Amino acid sequence: MTEAHSYTASEMLAILSARQLRDGQVVFAGIGVPLLAATLAQRTRCPALTILFEGGVIGAFVEPGKLPPSTNDQRCTKRANMVLGSADVLLLLQRGYVDVGFMGGAQIDQYGNLNSSFIGDPAKPKTRLPGTGGGNDISSLTNMIVAMKHEKRRFVENVDFITSPGFIRGGDTRRESGLPAGGMFRVITELAVFGFDDTSKRMKVLALNPGVSREEVQDNTGFTLQFDDRTEVTPPPTEHELQTLRLLDPERLFTA
Amino acid sequence: MLEAQLEPYTQLRDNMARRDRSLREKVMSLEEAASFVQDGMKVGLGGSTMSRTPMAMIWEVIRQRRKNLSVSRCIISTDGDLLFGSGASDHIISSWFAQGILWGLSKVMRHHVETQGKRFEEWSHMAVGMRYRAGGMGVPFLPTRAMLGSDVMKQRPEAKQIDCPFTGEKLLLVPALNPDVALIHVQRCDAYGNAQIDGLQFMDIDLALAANSVILTTERIVSNDQIRRAPDHTKIPFFCVDAVVEVPYGSAPHECYGLYEPMMNHMEAYVSQVNSDPVDGMRDYLEKYVYGPKSWTEYLSLIGMEELLDASQKGRSIYND
Repeated sequence: MTEAHSYTASEMLAILSARQLRDGQVVFAGIGVPLLAATLAQRTRCPALTILFEGGVIGAFVEPGKLPPSTNDQRCTKRANMVLGSADVLLLLQRGYVDVGFMGGAQIDQYGNLNSSFIGDPAKPKTRLPGTGGGNDISSLTNMIVAMKHEKRRFVENVDFITSPGFIRGGDTRRESGLPAGGMFRVITELAVFGFDDTSKRMKVLALNPGVSREEVQDNTGFTLQFDDRTEVTPPPTEHELQTLRLLDPERLFTA
Repeated sequence: MLEAQLEPYTQLRDNMARRDRSLREKVMSLEEAASFVQDGMKVGLGGSTMSRTPMAMIWEVIRQRRKNLSVSRCIISTDGDLLFGSGASDHIISSWFAQGILWGLSKVMRHHVETQGKRFEEWSHMAVGMRYRAGGMGVPFLPTRAMLGSDVMKQRPEAKQIDCPFTGEKLLLVPALNPDVALIHVQRCDAYGNAQIDGLQFMDIDLALAANSVILTTERIVSNDQIRRAPDHTKIPFFCVDAVVEVPYGSAPHECYGLYEPMMNHMEAYVSQVNSDPVDGMRDYLEKYVYGPKSWTEYLSLIGMEELLDASQKGRSIYND
């Protein structure tokens, strides 16, 4: 594989996220980097990947250069296997048909809880954010991969508001809350790949991105990180990955 | 909270018994159909985000200066901005409220929620769907396994967490949502209201069944013969429908599957205008595009021939390339 030398943070996110998927999986993808990453995986290593969108699409096959502006637009349906109602495609998660949910994130905490609802007190919010969309459903009902920008204000000890549950307050609290299935699997940023400790359910570093130090990851994180005993360094994007990705998003809508 | 109170089953049945469900023509103008929407009503909107938004009917409702509407939609976009910004609605029920993922946060929504006391009542996407479905099924609630453990649930005392009487598991019961009136835009229907929807149907079937009345706007009115040639394409039966209005480009500047994509130049200009000034920018937009035009056709001509043709060219090729 030829190693690529120049890429944006969003391209890195999409490529590393795509590498987390396995052929044959059923993936519920959100808009932006998740849609791109799932499509990239489908066009490279995972031809039998099935992509679902919350607008009601089963088996999406997004056309290069014609990325949909949301997962509820007609472009999502191009060459899909089936369209159905949006409540029904979400119910597939509840029944257990979906292997992986794949979303972006605005704010995440040490237990993988995501906030996309409120900054500040919900009764008197500093900022009212757009809300859950399907995020709460997906994260409540399947295993999650989250791709997001790594900033200290986005990686906080406890989110202001749990919109989409990770492991709630760690340990068994997710299961005790009535969510026996799914949970956070991976968090991908431009600095590192994270998993979660089996017992405490706290976030831990599994692999550093090329050229990134442990200190750099910690300095950009609002809580103390654990590092896996076998913390690796992720191989950089290949030319093939990068070229395929750029064909999908030539206008750089989601990879600028 | 008043709007979360369930309509008693006997009242739902009485409303239904009083509706004229006979096979009758119900074609009318936008102005006439707007009389089904009265101040303070619960209004359900079909489509999702920028897709098959019943924009022409929303536009007319705003022009007729309706007030205090409690509006629900699975995912709400610039239609929510216009409803808040015009004063037509002070309460929006949805899972997601912004103009579109490309543009970040809606400054209009933020202004009205953070400083004007208007309410954006948040449910998970599936929960909105289960609320309409319960409403359409004639039951007071449906159970879900979503929202549990989250702060979205804690914000919603209207939903009840229970221990399942069969398994003992935790479940969340979400209450039925039966809008007083649903506004739904479709590709085609006949004069009776048999509606055929191409592409993504979103929650429109449950919404139509749940609502106490339905206003259909349609790109085209077709003959009943054409409907009967493909009854499997009919998604909403005529007896759910109380008014039919033919409105070409009735979702503009949003999209309608197979016919036109969103009119992105207009959307970009709109977002930049209202997000730079959610009060004056919105007032100027409403003056120019909603209150100003004499007709929907004049509104479309303000969006412009070039935009309409470009959106049509892209939309028509989606499954017909």
